[in-house]
Amino acid sequence: MNEAPTATPTPTPLLSDERVRTPWAEFWRKFKRQRVALVAGAFVVLLVIVAIAAPWITPYDAENYFDYEQLNARPSASHWFGVDALGRDIYSRLLMGARISLAAGFLSVAVGAIVGTILGLLAGYNEGWWDRIIMRIADVLFAFPGILLAIGIVAILGGGMANVIVAVAVFSIPTFARLVRGNTLALKHLTFVEAARSLGASDWTIIFRHIFPGTISAVIVYFSLRIGTSIITAASLSFLGMGAQPPTPEWGAMLDAARADMLTAPHEAIFPALAIFVTVLAFNLLGDGLRDALDPKIERR
Amino acid sequence: MINFIAKRLLGLLPTLLIVGFLVFLFVHVLPGDPARLAAGPDANQETVELVRKDLGLDKPLPQQFIRFVRGVLHWDFGTSLRTKRPVSTEIADRFMPTFWLTLWSMIWSVVIGMAIGIVSAVWRNKWPDRVGMTLAVSGISFPAFALGMVLMQTFSVQLGWLPTVGDDTWRHYVLPSLTLGAAVAAIMARFTRSSFVEILGEDFIRTARAKGLDERRVVIKHGLRNALIPVVTMMGLQFGFLLGGSIVVEKVFNWPGLGRLLVDAVDMRDYPVIQALVLLFSLEFILINLVVDVLYGIINPVIRYR
Repeated sequence: MNEAPTATPTPTPLLSDERVRTPWAEFWRKFKRQRVALVAGAFVVLLVIVAIAAPWITPYDAENYFDYEQLNARPSASHWFGVDALGRDIYSRLLMGARISLAAGFLSVAVGAIVGTILGLLAGYNEGWWDRIIMRIADVLFAFPGILLAIGIVAILGGGMANVIVAVAVFSIPTFARLVRGNTLALKHLTFVEAARSLGASDWTIIFRHIFPGTISAVIVYFSLRIGTSIITAASLSFLGMGAQPPTPEWGAMLDAARADMLTAPHEAIFPALAIFVTVLAFNLLGDGLRDALDPKIERR
Repeated sequence: MINFIAKRLLGLLPTLLIVGFLVFLFVHVLPGDPARLAAGPDANQETVELVRKDLGLDKPLPQQFIRFVRGVLHWDFGTSLRTKRPVSTEIADRFMPTFWLTLWSMIWSVVIGMAIGIVSAVWRNKWPDRVGMTLAVSGISFPAFALGMVLMQTFSVQLGWLPTVGDDTWRHYVLPSLTLGAAVAAIMARFTRSSFVEILGEDFIRTARAKGLDERRVVIKHGLRNALIPVVTMMGLQFGFLLGGSIVVEKVFNWPGLGRLLVDAVDMRDYPVIQALVLLFSLEFILINLVVDVLYGIINPVIRYR
């Protein structure tokens, strides 16, 4: 996991030391014009802080505090988002759930992005056999609809959040592999790669110092958009009863539990649903903004 | 054209074989002994051995694989561990509800999604675009199961307009297909918009305008056909998404389809059913992609089939 920073949405160290008018400054100039994406990005940062600080800022224990006086109580001053059927504080559970959903989304996409990027670089650079084998595997993985693959993996490994993360990571791999392979194929015939080779640079240097930086903006955009999808998939699996198990305060599992009391206590479903929606929306808007800021095609128009 | 389809079908064989092999291996990587699973928890060692022999699990792996492939070709997937009925009957009973649900979702989501996308592209950066794209980004961010619960609560429980569970009349299809199609409609809208925006900047559109065609004809006759090409590809990919999404939506609406069968089968470790369903879903997905490839050529005369 120590390679994770290469795929996070902050490419500063990798890109900034190469030119005077740095790509980072260029990116920031375009990105700060995207008001919506800026707000979404700020929200994501806030979410991450809340998720990290959750154990210290939740008013009640998310799993072990039961208020039997107020079962299914509506939102009030003492319980901001109400109380669930077992007497637990929904606000506290949502905050703790943010940890799980963000970790699941981030970890699974990070693993998928790292493995997929390496495979894509190798496939695109070496063509021939490497390419054929890697892309055939990607085709096979693509032959399963994502959530079906995840269900298959969960069926083999058993339920639980860790296995869900593995499952979601596996089906992120081919997307990244294809994306990076396409970029690599386009980049490796350009003059600067040829120049590097004529100076005697090794394949390794060419791939990681010259081609990889060229693919990184596409990877970052996908990374952000993919986190949204992954959070939904992880929540879906929990909703189906294959992911987080009770009493874990996972958002999808909370929604599943709320189904029984929809009539009497709709707030038990509304708040987790909103939490998933707002979180995924923020990642999607951020991803859209990043794409607009990083895509050279848009600048031309 | 026929040549091309035949070639593509042949090209599918390796992928199908690999998928089949993975599905076959599935039983052997499952934790626990499949023979014991099949014999049931109370069976003694002797019965387990008998079941093992009966299922052919005592033979070497390659022989088992051939047996498995032969079974699949004869539409024989074994017997469900849960209901003791042939898996093929189980699937046949559940196939049509899922098929119709997926088809209806696809139809309305493509129509609405493309309409929103075209409107957004034509009135780019004006209010119809903003409304359309806000709807679209919300659509891809709202999880299907949450949407299903909200729709059911509002229209079935509170307002009483539509039935809650079952699949008897068209009214039963309204909410599940809306739920399943929402995300796809959103993706189609975004994709159609970007495809259209790109096409509307092309030279031939400028020419069409320059020769005095009215804007409606430019958009519909010159823009639409060209913008459709990437959209059709996207449609094929989204079918896979629908197949997967149906698993979740069927649980929300208690739909008597394949998705729920799969979820129940995973819960009960009913591996013959899981195997058959995974194979079936993958086959459908692969075939749909072939159909998309063919459609692609019909829309785009530049592509010639070799």
